[in-house]
Amino acid sequence: MHILEKKIRDAAAEGRTALIPFVTAGYPTPETFWNVVTELDAAGSDVIEIGVPFSDPVADGPVVEAASVKALENGVTLHGIIEGLRDRRGAFRAGLVLMGYMNPFLQYGLEKLARDAQEVGVHGLIVPDLPYDEAADMRAALSAHGLALIPLVGPNTSEERMKLYADVSDAYVYVVSVMGTTGERKSLPPEVTDVLSRARRVFSLPVALGFGLRAPGQLAMLPDDLRPDAAVFGSALLRHIAEGKAPADFIRAWRA
Amino acid sequence: MKKGYFGDFGGRFVPELLMPPLMELEEAMKDILPSETFRKELDDLLKNYAGRETPLTFCPGLSEKLGFELWLKREDLLHTGAHKINNTLGQALLAKHMGKTSLIAETGAGQHGVATAAAAARLGMKCTVYMGAEDAERQSANVRRMRLLGADVVAVESGSRTLKDAINAALRAWISLQKTTHYCFGTAAGPYPFPDLVREFQSVIGREARAQMLERTGSLPDYVVAAVGGGSNAIGMFSAFVPDASVKIIGVEAGGTGEPGCMHSAAINLGRPGVLHGEYTMLLQDDDGQILPSGSISAGLDYPGVGPEHAHLAAAGRVKYAVAYDHEALDAFQTLCRVEGILPALESSHALAYVLAHAGDFEPGSRVLVNLSGRGDKDMDIVEKALGL
Repeated sequence: MHILEKKIRDAAAEGRTALIPFVTAGYPTPETFWNVVTELDAAGSDVIEIGVPFSDPVADGPVVEAASVKALENGVTLHGIIEGLRDRRGAFRAGLVLMGYMNPFLQYGLEKLARDAQEVGVHGLIVPDLPYDEAADMRAALSAHGLALIPLVGPNTSEERMKLYADVSDAYVYVVSVMGTTGERKSLPPEVTDVLSRARRVFSLPVALGFGLRAPGQLAMLPDDLRPDAAVFGSALLRHIAEGKAPADFIRAWRA
Repeated sequence: MKKGYFGDFGGRFVPELLMPPLMELEEAMKDILPSETFRKELDDLLKNYAGRETPLTFCPGLSEKLGFELWLKREDLLHTGAHKINNTLGQALLAKHMGKTSLIAETGAGQHGVATAAAAARLGMKCTVYMGAEDAERQSANVRRMRLLGADVVAVESGSRTLKDAINAALRAWISLQKTTHYCFGTAAGPYPFPDLVREFQSVIGREARAQMLERTGSLPDYVVAAVGGGSNAIGMFSAFVPDASVKIIGVEAGGTGEPGCMHSAAINLGRPGVLHGEYTMLLQDDDGQILPSGSISAGLDYPGVGPEHAHLAAAGRVKYAVAYDHEALDAFQTLCRVEGILPALESSHALAYVLAHAGDFEPGSRVLVNLSGRGDKDMDIVEKALGL
């Protein structure tokens, strides 16, 4: 079992939804970012997704895009993120995932990325602009170092396409709740139950739900058998941090 | 070759949520484009609405000066003033046959936006155009034209507030709107099948020009030259001549001011391969893979990437990609106005500029065909400002 799957299964064994916060690297400032990660980890995050900033983030809504722009202005780079992780190797209890667009990863070099990421304690990657059809090289590079390439599926992903991903994926499947970009919504759209049940049928991996989440109550609306194993939240957390509130408080509300 | 690729370049690097509409479009291309009904309707629109076929103009004055024959393919005479309408009529009609009711589009200078708005109006479809906020300010006349044609214009405030950000915004919008909406992509770039689709609709330029040259001169041209931003007018012209081994083909990228370290749009000459807007192609980017802002006096060439087929034609050595600078384009603009009485777009002026600035490289007595992709009325303010008129 991949270590990221184990982190999520362990939460389930405790009878709770696993928590996966997303924070853009260098947010809110390059100096305080690692404190944010440390705090999220200590507050009981199961997996932490670190956003690698990109100049042209097509899958992101305004909050994550703005965080990405700010990070780039502050000189945040993939090399810097890897070095930051190297300095803190072994310091985090949570699983670690890098989430970012293809080009910065490609320019870093896929082989080197896989090797360095493994060395500094990263367990997997999420690449929103890398669909199944283009992912063979990345997947081969990562799996040689035990890293997962976590698939993203959404309300318009057919069972057939989900099967393509299911056959080659490990760790967890990230289910996008809305036909849109990242960013919190008041409520989950009704079609989320369809995509969740399709994902449950096709994948034996844990299901993480994201895009649009902001409060635990949103999950309570779902039928018991369709509750995701993990919840991912990004924009709502970034806003929480921007308002000067403690990252740990956000996690605590979800763990309560 | 891998599906959707030209050599090493192309592909579709998009969120999974955009794969279904791209696959739907790919199917529609197979089913609808070859049908008799579609061909007839499109031919009628191109002929009786847009003004095809466009003339092939011999330039006697410039030819005498240059010592070789200069011929122009007159896409500037099309409805809405540029080749863009070939593509938007094709895509709008295809979208209508697919059952879509709305179009979205990105635009830089506004030419593709205007051409999409016109096609949408003509075919009774709704239209929303995404335009970088900075472009919307400096090309306000085109914003007004689009609005008159019934389109909603969304000024995009994110990123560098220019064309690349408009494409990001349109891709994001398409995720939500895909059921009812076709994304009418403006250039021969983006995720597969857009490079194929746009070339298909623009290839009418090269087909006509090739036949016209044969009819008028009894032979093929020795050189074919076109400006390359994203590369739609160029691929439309080049595609007919790529199989003709005797024809030398030259694509001209925008070099900006030419000062050391200046902003430019020469992705093939000065960029490196990478992924942007759904394709693997030549890009202006820094060492970390962040996309760099491009620059050119020609808004229509001002883009940090290039269509993947051009990247391939360059790598394969079939097409030579050269650079023309702002001041050379301005010179060519003025020369064509005065010597031939034609006011060219600054985009097309780059193609012409290369020919004028490198006249010595062309065989004396040879025939040079330049794609005059658009007319220059839209550039009056920019040109007058640059020339201090």
